[in-house]
Amino acid sequence: MTGQELRALILSTLALAAAAALPALGSSYWLTMGVTIAMYTVLATSWALFSGPTHYISLATAAFFGVGTYTTAIGIELLPYWTLLPIAAALGAVMAALVGFATLRLSGVYFVIFTLGLAEFVRQIITWVQNLTGQKGLYVLTDLTEKHIYWQLLGLAALVYLAGWLIARSRLGFALRIIGDDEEVARHVGIDTALAKIVLFMVPGAVAAVAGAMLAPRYIYIEPSLAFTPMLSFQVVIMALLGGTGRLWGAVVGVIPFTLLWEAISASFPNQTTLLLGVAFLVIVYLLPRGFVGLLEDARRRLGGGGW
Amino acid sequence: MAVPSSSTPVLSLRGATKRFGGLVAVNNLDFDVMEHQVMGLIGPNGSGKSTTLNLISGALRPSAGSILLRGAPITHLRAHAIARRGVARTFQLVRVLPSMTVLENIRAGAVFGHRRRWGHEADAFATQMAEKVGLAGKLAMRVSQLTYIDTKRVELARALASEPRVLLLDEWLAGLNPTELGEGIALVRRLRDEGRTILLVEHVMDAIRSLCDACVVMAAGAKIAEGTPDEVLSDPEVIRAYLGEEDA
Repeated sequence: MTGQELRALILSTLALAAAAALPALGSSYWLTMGVTIAMYTVLATSWALFSGPTHYISLATAAFFGVGTYTTAIGIELLPYWTLLPIAAALGAVMAALVGFATLRLSGVYFVIFTLGLAEFVRQIITWVQNLTGQKGLYVLTDLTEKHIYWQLLGLAALVYLAGWLIARSRLGFALRIIGDDEEVARHVGIDTALAKIVLFMVPGAVAAVAGAMLAPRYIYIEPSLAFTPMLSFQVVIMALLGGTGRLWGAVVGVIPFTLLWEAISASFPNQTTLLLGVAFLVIVYLLPRGFVGLLEDARRRLGGGGW
Repeated sequence: MAVPSSSTPVLSLRGATKRFGGLVAVNNLDFDVMEHQVMGLIGPNGSGKSTTLNLISGALRPSAGSILLRGAPITHLRAHAIARRGVARTFQLVRVLPSMTVLENIRAGAVFGHRRRWGHEADAFATQMAEKVGLAGKLAMRVSQLTYIDTKRVELARALASEPRVLLLDEWLAGLNPTELGEGIALVRRLRDEGRTILLVEHVMDAIRSLCDACVVMAAGAKIAEGTPDEVLSDPEVIRAYLGEEDA
């Protein structure tokens, strides 16, 4: 381990410890914000792991998240809560692999549309099944409080960062950088580009499903329109792009300001949230194409720092 | 399938054909490239030379016929599988990886190619290949900072770093100025002297005469001549193909 890596590890551990101490503040408002921020950090960081290097825009987050939510909602009657998280991860990963197998050989546009449709498709299936059985939703009743959900999400975030760090150092990470630069070259140096993309897409699939499974006890009453809301997919994309997908820590830099801003907007303009979401997206694309990460790196280069 | 031996060609095309709709770009092409041989693939513009390289490397799938690497068919394999079996190439329009350094570009070949390396071993081998093509001292540079010939060197080193059984050079010497051309020819000659097996598509006649052991001449997708450079370049049919009917 190099000195730089050691420093990053110490800083990350300190940041995680500080974040874990949030419930000690005793403010339920900030704990709620903490859960939202931790959830979007997990979702946006894992999203960027795949979309950063491949440039594929996935709108499937809600589909995986919803599947995870329903894993808890259905499974909680039958199995202990803790066994549901790995089951959700496996379901999310398998679903991502299937989607990847079906679409990742196609060009980016088809992928975007397919992933958007996927969440709607799964939602319609669940609604249909519920109509057959006459249920409208499912209750998830556990002893887990907001604090426990928050800590679980932090643990998941730590795992996502660890996975991202390990992938970046692996052959897979190197293969993805080559694919991102020139897919034709990637194929001709011997990289199975389709396989690399499918394997990588399983990461955000599994992570989003686990996040959904963790959040289910917070919602208490689960119904398809809540679990599979497409807004979730769009928000994850916007937050990840706002932060910047070029660095592992980019997403969180977008998640925190966006969540706070979103909270302020929803409180002051509850009827215009979708409009403002669209405006935020345009601003990011036009003014911050590389996100806050790009802005920070440019500033640092101007100051003569460089080399990181 | 015969056991590969020194007499088995490294690369064989048997009836290789590529149609694009009604256009037959490569028509029933047969030839062999032997071990340690430098084979030139020449012919007028549009005669199907680059398409032939694309069929071999897996960038395109043949419509008919077969392509064998040391006697084993690679006809319907995808490009990455063909690369892993030992076919490496450069591109007619240079393709380097823009976000990476020279060393990382070359390492791509060492990590994923025919003979796979990782970590320090990959770096050491990539460095060795960089030195071989004349990029020593430029390893940490971004490819955007390089001159045109140096980007071509990066591509060549990337291909060499996979330790290919056969190296495909698609007009590697095209676009170089006279000084660079001299350096380029000398570099390919060094590879030839190392005993590498090379199939090159080329327009530069000096290079063909000084580098190739044998040539295949294509016109309108078909092979019209095969032999040593001197033989084929004095063949009346070849001259007719290049210069047109009246000048022959």
